[in-house]
Amino acid sequence: MHRLATVFEELAAQDRKAFVTFITAGDPDTATSLEILKGLPGAGADVIELGMPFSDPMADGPAIQRASLRALHAGQDMHKTLAMVRAFRETNKTTPIVLMGYYNPIYVYPVDSFLADAVEAGVDGLIVVDAPPEADDELCIPAMNAGLNFVRLTTPTTDDHRLGAVLANTSGFVYYVSITGVTGTRAPDLEAVAKNVARIKARTTLPVAVGFGVRTPEQAKSIASVADGVVVGSALVDTIAQSLDDKGRATELTVSSVLTLVEKLSAGLKAA
Amino acid sequence: MDPIAETPLHLNSYRTGPDERGHFGLYGGRFVAETLMPLILELEAAYEAAKIDPAFHAELADLNAHYAGRPSPLYFAERLTQHLGGAKVYFKREELNHTGSHKVNNCLGQILLAKRMGKKRIIAETGAGQHGVATATVAARFGLPCVIYMGATDIERQKPNVFRMRLLGAEVRPVISGTGTLKDAMNEALRDWVSNVEDTFYIIGTVAGPHPYPAMVRDFQAVIGQETREQMLAAEGRLPDTLVAAIGGGSNAMGIFHPFLDDPSVKMFGVEAAGRGLDVPNGHCASLNGGKPGVLHGNRTYLLQDGDGQILEGHSISAGLDYPGIGPEHSWLRDTGRVTYVSATDREALDAFQLCTRIEGIIPALEPAHALAYVTKLAPTLPPDDLLVMNMSGRGDKDIFAVAGHLGMDI
Ligand SMILES: Cc1ncc(COP(=O)(O)O)c(C=O)c1O
Repeated sequence: MHRLATVFEELAAQDRKAFVTFITAGDPDTATSLEILKGLPGAGADVIELGMPFSDPMADGPAIQRASLRALHAGQDMHKTLAMVRAFRETNKTTPIVLMGYYNPIYVYPVDSFLADAVEAGVDGLIVVDAPPEADDELCIPAMNAGLNFVRLTTPTTDDHRLGAVLANTSGFVYYVSITGVTGTRAPDLEAVAKNVARIKARTTLPVAVGFGVRTPEQAKSIASVADGVVVGSALVDTIAQSLDDKGRATELTVSSVLTLVEKLSAGLKAA
Repeated sequence: MDPIAETPLHLNSYRTGPDERGHFGLYGGRFVAETLMPLILELEAAYEAAKIDPAFHAELADLNAHYAGRPSPLYFAERLTQHLGGAKVYFKREELNHTGSHKVNNCLGQILLAKRMGKKRIIAETGAGQHGVATATVAARFGLPCVIYMGATDIERQKPNVFRMRLLGAEVRPVISGTGTLKDAMNEALRDWVSNVEDTFYIIGTVAGPHPYPAMVRDFQAVIGQETREQMLAAEGRLPDTLVAAIGGGSNAMGIFHPFLDDPSVKMFGVEAAGRGLDVPNGHCASLNGGKPGVLHGNRTYLLQDGDGQILEGHSISAGLDYPGIGPEHSWLRDTGRVTYVSATDREALDAFQLCTRIEGIIPALEPAHALAYVTKLAPTLPPDDLLVMNMSGRGDKDIFAVAGHLGMDI
């Protein structure tokens, strides 16, 4: 069975919610980022979203934009991102890793070799922000054929009519974007989230994770009460940014401060 | 999988695109985040309805005539023709439009659509500031609040246009992400749109972005080519032989080319910005001559990018050509061979700028100065009966400070 399905099933059996953490691969440098990555499961992450840095992250707010640029300036590229996953898998066989990013770096890799390399490295799924269902034949279907889950974003603007198309080829889990906006900018409204998650769950048996505006343990807890999982990204990435020295380099605080926040968020969520 | 190789060199028509999913061959499409997808579908439906509504066309034609000042003249550049010795050179005088460039053609069309859709707020990206000024102008004319995203670098080199936009009541928001040029402004405008989906209409300034923008902007700009056709028939009794236009995102070029695509006798040249030279890494903005296919800003097209698929900034003396992509229809026209894409350097554009100013008494914008630079090479190789039309897409008042800087003059 796929790692994502296994994790969500195990959590459901224990009546627990999935804590999904997002960091950008290579932020602030490949070695530090790998250390954070390896520490995430121990700090409470059930699923890891690993951002593939892109020069033009159109759906992201300032925090993740800057994380992408830090990683790129430090020399991160797709090959290094896949190498991080490979290194992670040497010691962790169970925590699912979903690569999240934009289509262009995959397109020029190109697609077929990328999918093969991702599977070989131990990637479980993909979230590609700018590859809508309309482009399924060129990315989503080949990814599923290669054995990867393709996790789709649904948003407050996805009406009932579109929801069918969006869910059609989704696998692993459904990512509900809790706000109309870019990552990390607004706080989600719990009532609206609850309503929309219910709307999605009426149409699919897949678990639904909610993200884009969740920053605090309290928010994580309340969102978890209405969904199967909670995604936190910008808050982690901001913590990385705050730990850097004035030249933007990692300090001894970088890894520990992120993992401490992950522990706090995880504790908040488990109290749900 | 790769339609490039299979595209026949001679199609029955080059004017049928895009298909219903917005593709021009391999290019185009709708590569956007899910939040925007429903909006883009709504926009497409609204545009399809407007396209077949005579009232929409009548209102646009009236504004074009009485507000923008169309038709723009087709002018025989007699002294330039003599100077170059060769083809008979005409200018399509888009620089005489209200606001000083071809950008207003598209803005009038889109703001009428915004009004039809009941949108209450206008946003746009701008590079040189010409599209920003045109958008701010139509927003003022229709009484809608307007936010213009402009790269911080571009704000510095296009000060007069920034002031004009503010006078017109627009809020100009500086964009500092990336290197603060046009692509970053477009990212920021897309982020605004995702965040304000209910009430906001995004007026994209060129034939790029997700479907239906490339086709819609082309349709609004095609008035340039339609007029050129009639005017040349009236002046010379036949079609032009050669068309030349500068390429940023490609809207002024698509506007003059499109009505002639199925006239095999008409040769077409798109002129990209070669900046410091095509061989200088990241020193130019020639997506077709120095880039490769990729996906950005909602469409697949030729892009300036590195081996990892990261988008490069590029460089051009002209802020309006400083875009790492190009409209998807141009990518397709390039692969089919129907249009020839060439380039001109910063230096050549500056020389052409001065030549035109002195010899024709017309101060061109730096963008069409690139087209003119190629005309100065091409025209002498053509016979005297070759009718050449260059699209004079904008006037150069906005550029005089930048040009003075490059010429080492103080003003
Ligand atoms: C006068 C003028 N010409 C040309 C351009 C380039 O755009 P496009 O290629 O879409 O015509 C610009 C863009 O700002 C412009 O201001």
